[in-house]
Parts: sequence; structure tokens; C-alpha cells
Amino acid sequence: MSAEQPGPAAGGPSARRTATLNHTIVSAIVEGSPTVVTFLAILAAVVLGGLLIAFSDPTVLHAWSTFFADPGNAFALAWDAASGAYVAMFEGAIVNPHTVAAAFHGGSVGAIFYPLSQTASNATPLILTGLSVAIAFRAGLFNIGAAGQWVGGAIVATYLGFAVNLPPVVHLIVCLLGGFAGGAVIGWLVGELKARTGAHEVIVTIMLNYIMYNLLSFLLSTPTALQEPGQSNLISPNLAANARLPHAGGPPPQVDLGFLVGIAAAVGLWWLLSRSTVGFQFRAVGANPSAARSAGMDVERSWVLVMLLAGGLAGLGGAAVILGPLQQLTFNSYGTYGFDGITVALLGRASPLGVVLAALLFGALHAGGTNMEAATQVPSDIVEVLQGLIVLFVAAPPLIRAMFRLRRARAAGLEAVPKGWNP
Amino acid sequence: MTTLAAATGTPISINRRMVAAGTFILFGLIDIFVFGLFAHPGDATFTLSVSSSAVHVPTIHAPAATVAYTLGAASIVIGLFAAFVDLSKGVRRLNITLVLLFFVISLLCWAYAGSAIPLNVVNLLQSTMNLSIPLVLGALAGCMCERSGVINIAIEGQLLLGAFAAAVVASAFGILWLGLITGSLAGGVLGALLAVFSIQFLADQIILGVVLNVLAAGLTGYLNDRILVSHPDLNSGLTFNAVKIPGLGDIPIIGPIFFDSTIFLYIMYLMIILVQVGLFSTRWGLRVRAVGEHPTAADTVGIRVRATRYRNVILGGLIAGIGGAYLTLGSVGTFTKDMSSGLGYIALAAMIFGRWTPLGATAAALLFGFANSLQATLSTINVPIPSYILLTAPYVATIIAVAGLVGRVRAPAADGKPYVKV
Repeated sequence: MSAEQPGPAAGGPSARRTATLNHTIVSAIVEGSPTVVTFLAILAAVVLGGLLIAFSDPTVLHAWSTFFADPGNAFALAWDAASGAYVAMFEGAIVNPHTVAAAFHGGSVGAIFYPLSQTASNATPLILTGLSVAIAFRAGLFNIGAAGQWVGGAIVATYLGFAVNLPPVVHLIVCLLGGFAGGAVIGWLVGELKARTGAHEVIVTIMLNYIMYNLLSFLLSTPTALQEPGQSNLISPNLAANARLPHAGGPPPQVDLGFLVGIAAAVGLWWLLSRSTVGFQFRAVGANPSAARSAGMDVERSWVLVMLLAGGLAGLGGAAVILGPLQQLTFNSYGTYGFDGITVALLGRASPLGVVLAALLFGALHAGGTNMEAATQVPSDIVEVLQGLIVLFVAAPPLIRAMFRLRRARAAGLEAVPKGWNP
Repeated sequence: MTTLAAATGTPISINRRMVAAGTFILFGLIDIFVFGLFAHPGDATFTLSVSSSAVHVPTIHAPAATVAYTLGAASIVIGLFAAFVDLSKGVRRLNITLVLLFFVISLLCWAYAGSAIPLNVVNLLQSTMNLSIPLVLGALAGCMCERSGVINIAIEGQLLLGAFAAAVVASAFGILWLGLITGSLAGGVLGALLAVFSIQFLADQIILGVVLNVLAAGLTGYLNDRILVSHPDLNSGLTFNAVKIPGLGDIPIIGPIFFDSTIFLYIMYLMIILVQVGLFSTRWGLRVRAVGEHPTAADTVGIRVRATRYRNVILGGLIAGIGGAYLTLGSVGTFTKDMSSGLGYIALAAMIFGRWTPLGATAAALLFGFANSLQATLSTINVPIPSYILLTAPYVATIIAVAGLVGRVRAPAADGKPYVKV
């Protein structure tokens, strides 16, 4: 193999490999490979978010209104406000030095891992909804409906969780499968409508989100369905003990088995997309449906199958949240998991590994945001701003290149995303 | 793609005719067997005047069951007619309108049969107009953007940011007009961001829209918690007063519905006319539509594609921003987190439902507004249909619509495709 390669004879193959590796790293940085662009996008978002934190702080604003009295103080206060918020975020998401110090003086060792477990716990539903949006992206479909599919999965998982009596492990598996099925039905409907009538999946999924929200409220207000007997609030009964996802170890670290379900789903999806015939068809349909059709692939069937899987993954996300941290379903349990899934899939460039990493990042932001709000009174909505900014920059690689003066390079955006309404 | 469409074109259209006919008949059967059969004995009472009006319009007493049976039978006749006779486009649309109208009347008769409280039709329609304002303005904003070839999913964010900016500026300066203008400008700023990122940096427009919505929700939520909560004087809840148009506003029934509202309703009328006439009856509109359908051809004849798109996207943002300002200054006054609550997405659906035409989008938005208003009215009396199920009606209708019941919808050909000069 090395004999066929033209190139300088000096040095052995290993030296040449090092040289090409160095070249690859340098050109990745100079030209902005996807990884570098993503990193710079996060950096730019953190800087902008820091400015927003600083310049919405009353003390900082006061110091800047009298800027010329003490310019140094104005800058110092702005820096303190932003860095204080980010430090609190870090302590809530990764590790808090105080707990480490306390562990040396006889404190709990488990407490050190509490922030990380929070991050993992927050990341779990984002991995699953992110995978749901990502697999649809790969087949050229845009799944805005992860929120509705999440609800579908949560409804089925909750119902199976309190209404059925099964032995320990079986019950959990039935609930998880039920969650997958609940979401898959909603996703299948979208795919089937698109395949049969050409109804655009963006509109159908948006509408199904609202239908599912209302359906959830309806079921939670009907005592014969999901409402806890004797309740007037929209809330379901607590799950049976057998239907709860086991915790990793004792109460303080809050991560549960759901995280492993998410990771397993990501591995499964990686295998499906890059090692199986069906996955190849999905990607072919996403890259160019007309070419895929000419090659004899059933494009419509792929759409249906992809949406079914996407719905199932989002539904599994719903099951993981209900069976894990929440333990019961309320009318607003769905939160922003579905829409966060879109940002996660975009940041992860629709690859399973990327989705897991992006979900961990956003999970860390959420976990850190909660801690930040408690510690510094900076509202945790800043996390949403950061998320939006990161994806905004990732979606526009030319902007990042222009901001950081990178050379023009190959396209680093998503390869297969739907362009426009018309099929 | 084309060969497939050609090969399967005919069966789909016959299929669709049968689906439409089947739906009409189904609605007719619901009229008869649900609303007719289960109506309480007695009349449904409809009042047609508001308490303040000078002219008194007599109230209508309708025998509920009889009305539901009659209208249901009429719907079935229309359904059979649609199944076996090839109808022109106009007649088909008339049929859809009639069947929906019969359905709503049967529903109201059933709900109000024997009820002590009469239904005030004028109030119902008044609130329909008000609830439609943000939807209509949002849908018009969508038309402006998408006719020039830029997909605007960010209507939701434009409404939210407009609502926030309008409330804060109006409260800070105590001048409502300034709030209205700032709300509009805030929508325009988000439109400008959409334009720069999609036209200049060629980012995917659907993704961009979703991201801008996340950003607007995050930013307004953050500033709300950080600043407005501790400074209630910046969110003091000022609202515009209703202005009755002299003469027109005194006409019974029509006056209170159409000509006795806040400035926003009149701005909405103006915008509908401006966008419809502008896009379809002027040289400017012809150029915009050329850019949206075939930018290369438009460029060849000397139309500046990118400038046209910039202008339209920003103008669209300004219109949606007015809709946002309505949410605070025209309605409840104070800003609350996520107060647009999905209206922007409904406006998007209305625009598609209305086939990217301003008048069609307006009609669809009014339909959504009516559904919401009806739901709000029915939830005040004891109706055995759960209001949550009723609330899904417009969304189900939209899915049926995009699935082809009202004919296939087609977006402008270059919608969503960035234009790069080669």
C-alpha cells in the first residue's frame, strides 16, 4: 500500500503519517472543519451570552451609566457578573470544588458526582429526541414533531406504568416498548400522510404537536383514562414501583438507567445508519430522492419507516422521563424536549455520536442553568439563548469563518436537510 | 418525480373527490346523529345585538333538533352531489364552506338547546375578529417572505419579540403609539436576522426559523425574569381603547363586529389590502413573485433578486411585529413569558392552508380564530364535548387540508432555496 503512494521517500511510513496528521490538524483549524466551526460557534455564543448576562445586571448597568467616573470598576463588575454566572453553571453541571474539598474532610464522595449525574439525567431525553430529529434529517425529512411524539410515548408509558401489574423487569421493558410504540404511531401517521398524499411533514408534525398536547390534557382530565382518582388537577397517578427506572446508586446522584437506554439507542442508530441496507437507503433517499428512486429504492416506504423510527425514539424519550425522574405525567411534562431535540440534532450534525455529545452539552447547560439561577439569580432562560445562538452559528458556517478569519473550505453544514416545501 | 406524478395523477384526483364527498357525508351524519339526536328538547336562543347598540335586533329562537336534522340532510345531499358530479372549483369551495357552516350551526343549536343563557352571536364574532388579528398579520408576514422565496418559520418569534418590545416601550414612555412602532420594528429586526443568515450566509431557512424562535423565546423569557419582574413599571399593561368608526360602527350586527375595535383591527384591514394588491396587482408584486418562482429568470431580466428578498423578509417581519404588539397593547396589556403560545405556527399553517395568497391566508386565519373563539364561548356553558377535543379541531382541519382534501397546495417554486449567482 505504501509503495503505491507517491511522496517524499525521506522518513518511514510512520513519519509520513505524522506529517499528514499534522497537516490535517492545521488545515482543519485554518479552514474550519465541522468540529472547529462547532467549537468556535460555542465560543461565540458563550461570549454573547456573557455580554447579555453582564449588561442586564442592575449593578453593572449602574456602573456603566457612570462609566467615566471609574472605567476599571465598570469593566470589573461586568466581568464579575458574567464569570460568576458561568462559574455557577460549571459547578452545577460538571464539578463543584466545594464538594471535593468536603470529601477530603469526611464529606460524601458521592456528592462530587452529583453535578455530572444531573447533566447525564438532563441529557437523557435530549439524546432520544435529538436522535429522533437526526434520523429524519438523514432521510431528508424535518421532524418538528418530536414534542408530540414525546407526548405519545409518555401517555402509553404512563398508562402501562400504573394500570398494569407485571413482575419487576418485565414491567419496565413493557413500559419502554409501549413508549416507543406510542411515539412510533404518531411518527408513522406523518410518514404515511407524506408518502400517500405528499402532505408536508413540517406542517403535519406542527399540527400533531398541538393535537397531542390537547389530547394529553383531555386524557389527564378524564378519570377513566389517565387522571388520578379524586384529583381535580391534570395529573396522573404515580407509577407502580416495578415500572420505575432504577437509579445508579442511592438518592444523591440522580441519573438512572434511562441514560443507558439513550446511549444504547444511539449505538443502535449508528449501526442502522452506517452498517445496514435499510440505513443506506435512508441516507440515499435523504441525499437525492430522485436518484434513489431511479436506483430502485422505495422512497415512500423509506419515509414511512424513518418517521416511524423517529417517532419511536421521541416516544422512548417520553417514557425515559416519565419512568425516570418524573414518576407521573402532568399536562406540561413535555417541556421543551421536542424542540431542544432539533437544536441537539443540528449541533450534532445529525450523526448519532454528535447527537450524544450535543445532548450532553445541552444537558450540562440545563443542569448548570438550574444551579446558576439558584446561586446568582440569573434567570435560567439564558440557557435557551445560548442554545439558540450556538445553533444559529453552526447553521451558518460562512459567518463563523468570516468572524474568525478562517479560509474558505469544503461545505461544513448539514448535507441532507429538506430544502423548501415542495417535494 | 414528474413521471410518477403523471402516472398516478388521475387515480389520486378521483380518490380525493371520494374523500371529500365522504367527509361531507360524515359531517352530515354527525349533524343528524350526534347534534340532532342528542339535542335537549327546546329551542336554542341566539341574540344578535350587543347591549350598547342603539338599534335592537330581535333574537332568534331555533328548534334545535329540527335545524340539526335539516342541515345534516343538506350536507349529505351536498356530499352525494360532490361524489357523482364533476364540479367546478368555485362550486367545490362553496360546498366546503356550506358543509362547515351547517356543521357549526348544528353544533351551536345542540349546545344551546334548552339553555337558559342565550348565545350572543355578535360577541362570538367580535372575539373571532380579535383573536384572528395576530394570526392574520402573521400569515400575511409569511406571504410576504415566502412569495419572494424565503421560508419564514420565525413568525412565532417575531410575534413574541414584537409583544415584548411593544409592552416595554409603551410602558417606559407611556406612549402607546411608540410601543406599536417598536413592536413592529422588533419583528423587523428578527426578519432582518432571518434575511442576513438565509440570503447572505445561505443557512437552511427552516432550521433558521426554528432557531430564531428558540432565541426569541429565550431572550424575552430571560429579560422578563431579569428585568420586568423587578421593574413592574416597565410592564404596566397599557392597552389601546376601542375606536368606533362613525357611521359604519352603528350598523346593527355588522358594526360591532367589524368597525368597533382597537386600531389593530383597522391596521389588519389595511395590511390585507396592501399585501394582496401589492403582491398581485402591481409591478413590484410581479417582480417579487418572479423572484420567488424563478430567481434565475428574474435576475436575467434585471430584477435584483437578493435585494428583493431582503426587502420582503424585513417588511414581513415588520407586519408580524404589529401582530405581536397586538398581543400586549391590543389585548391583555402585560407581557408574559411565551405568550405567543404557538400562534406563529398556526399563522404559518394558515398561510399554507391559504395557498400562499394573502386573501386565502386571511380566510384560513379567520377560521382558526373562529375555532378558538367558539371553544372559549362553549367552555363557559356546560357542553358535554371536552373543550380539549374541541381545541384540536383547527389542527385536524389543517392536516386534512394539507393532505389534499382542498386540492394540492403548491409553494412558490424557489421557496426555501438560497439564490447564488453563478
